[in-house]
Amino acid sequence: MVKQITVISGKGGTGKTTLTAAFASLADNALIADCDVDAANLHLILDPVMTSKLDFYGMKVAAIDQSKCSACGSCKKGCRFGAITERFVIDTHACEGCGVCAFVCPKEAIVMNEHKAGEVYRSMTRFGPFVHARLGIGEETGGKLVSMVRKNAAEMATVHGNDLIIIDGPPGIGCSVIASISGTDLVFIVTEPSVSAIHDLERVIKVAAHFRIKTIVCINRCDINAEKTTHIEDYCRENGVKVIGKLPLSENPTKAMLEGRTVIEYKDDIFTGTVQDIWYRVHRELVSQ
Amino acid sequence: MRIAIASGKGGTGKTTVSVNLALSLENAQLLDCDVEEPNCNLFLNHPLQKLRDVGTQVPVISKDKCTSCGKCAEACRFNALAVLLTGVILFPKLCHGCGACSLVCPEGAISETIQVIGSIERSVSHTHRIELYQGVLNIGEPMASPIIRSLKEHIDDSRTVIIDSPPGTSCPVIASITGADFCILVTEPTPFGLHDLILAVELVKDLQIPYGVIINRHGTGYEGVEDYCSENNIPVLMKIPYDMKIAELYSEGVPFVLRMPQWKNRFLDTFRELQVLTGRC
Repeated sequence: MVKQITVISGKGGTGKTTLTAAFASLADNALIADCDVDAANLHLILDPVMTSKLDFYGMKVAAIDQSKCSACGSCKKGCRFGAITERFVIDTHACEGCGVCAFVCPKEAIVMNEHKAGEVYRSMTRFGPFVHARLGIGEETGGKLVSMVRKNAAEMATVHGNDLIIIDGPPGIGCSVIASISGTDLVFIVTEPSVSAIHDLERVIKVAAHFRIKTIVCINRCDINAEKTTHIEDYCRENGVKVIGKLPLSENPTKAMLEGRTVIEYKDDIFTGTVQDIWYRVHRELVSQ
Repeated sequence: MRIAIASGKGGTGKTTVSVNLALSLENAQLLDCDVEEPNCNLFLNHPLQKLRDVGTQVPVISKDKCTSCGKCAEACRFNALAVLLTGVILFPKLCHGCGACSLVCPEGAISETIQVIGSIERSVSHTHRIELYQGVLNIGEPMASPIIRSLKEHIDDSRTVIIDSPPGTSCPVIASITGADFCILVTEPTPFGLHDLILAVELVKDLQIPYGVIINRHGTGYEGVEDYCSENNIPVLMKIPYDMKIAELYSEGVPFVLRMPQWKNRFLDTFRELQVLTGRC
């Protein structure tokens, strides 16, 4: 059975992608999936060679045939998303594809068109197979695209005989996050000792608990605020969440990123050793399940 | 004037810019549209008052009237309804509240009710003359955009409105920044920062919102962001240095303009630049 781990954070910029990339270079037989489809960055480090590309179709989008439209206003009245302008043109950013306008139009002037909303890429990297995606600008079906990435990841892992899928998740707690963590074996939360990150950590721990997924926490840049780091440790203990490791503030992640390498490849120092140690413990958590 | 603060990449400093800019102005209104993870008030630390719940409409199916004909499930493009032998069941988290099911039901068996997915809260500081509104998405709820749309009903255009947007370039960001007179894109000088800045620029161009860039944690030695901005004639409005003092104040939840008052003037200069760029002065 292929195990799955998802790296999330609540707050953005705490080090999700840095750690996912590091885990990619430490795992023996893993497939990597980038589910931060809105602002995917992992490919900048993994340097993938694409093997195939699939189109992602989101919700259909309404279009009004002006030659048939009698400007009766039924569609505008029926649309709950404010997607029909005064001149009876569809605001494609606002249209959620529900089809109510097409249903109520007495002139059959509205059609629902297929709409390409993004792409999914299957690739190979120096660490193994990789699936990532690009959601079109301003699209709204992030959760659906995440599910497509995960479906492709699962298929590809079967083909390549991988025993683990490492998922780089998005920030926040909404649809893309829910789609990234549902059904995984372990949620790995990267946080940092700041009031914002702690607030967001508490919310994202609740989301994982809501979906009954085992959660572990890593505190990044722990030395920025020792008191807040202790606060996180206390909070996690009280809530039955294990703090799997702490990483100090280091320039390694940025320097490694500038060279397009993982922190493991970049340098062998205490920081790297700590990341290796964390990966060892994460792996043990996965195996023990 | 409505100023939206957006970024593409998360954690670049949107909230930092929003709060410090709001504190530097007189009488600003701050809207925290990052309803998945609202953080602005952590830096203002004012008591929050809940104003109202935000809900979406969901169908209620009358068992007495329903004949399990399946027309509702067929009409629902979000797969929120399924027909079983025992009747129709609803998956409320998938429902977008479009009303298609009740429109098509031939038996008039579908009415609608409100499902609460989040709330709107407000705090006011008389010392800083800031009014903050924030939206909060409830745990386990997927859809942020309806809360953002409700939040924006509280905009008071007699003041300078600062809209702190969520990260990314998808629907919640559009819901947040639509209607803004100017969009500040906050980035960091790293390859990730540049990659996501380019996406955010595509978005604001698409929405035809005038925009400029603030570079946060300046001083990594990476020139890519500045090169990109100058090649594309994008104004760099401000550079906030990589500074341990700013990072420490941030970790404590203290807006740095309160401890480093010289920055208030820098933010005011930026605001004046925005007024010029949007033709308001």
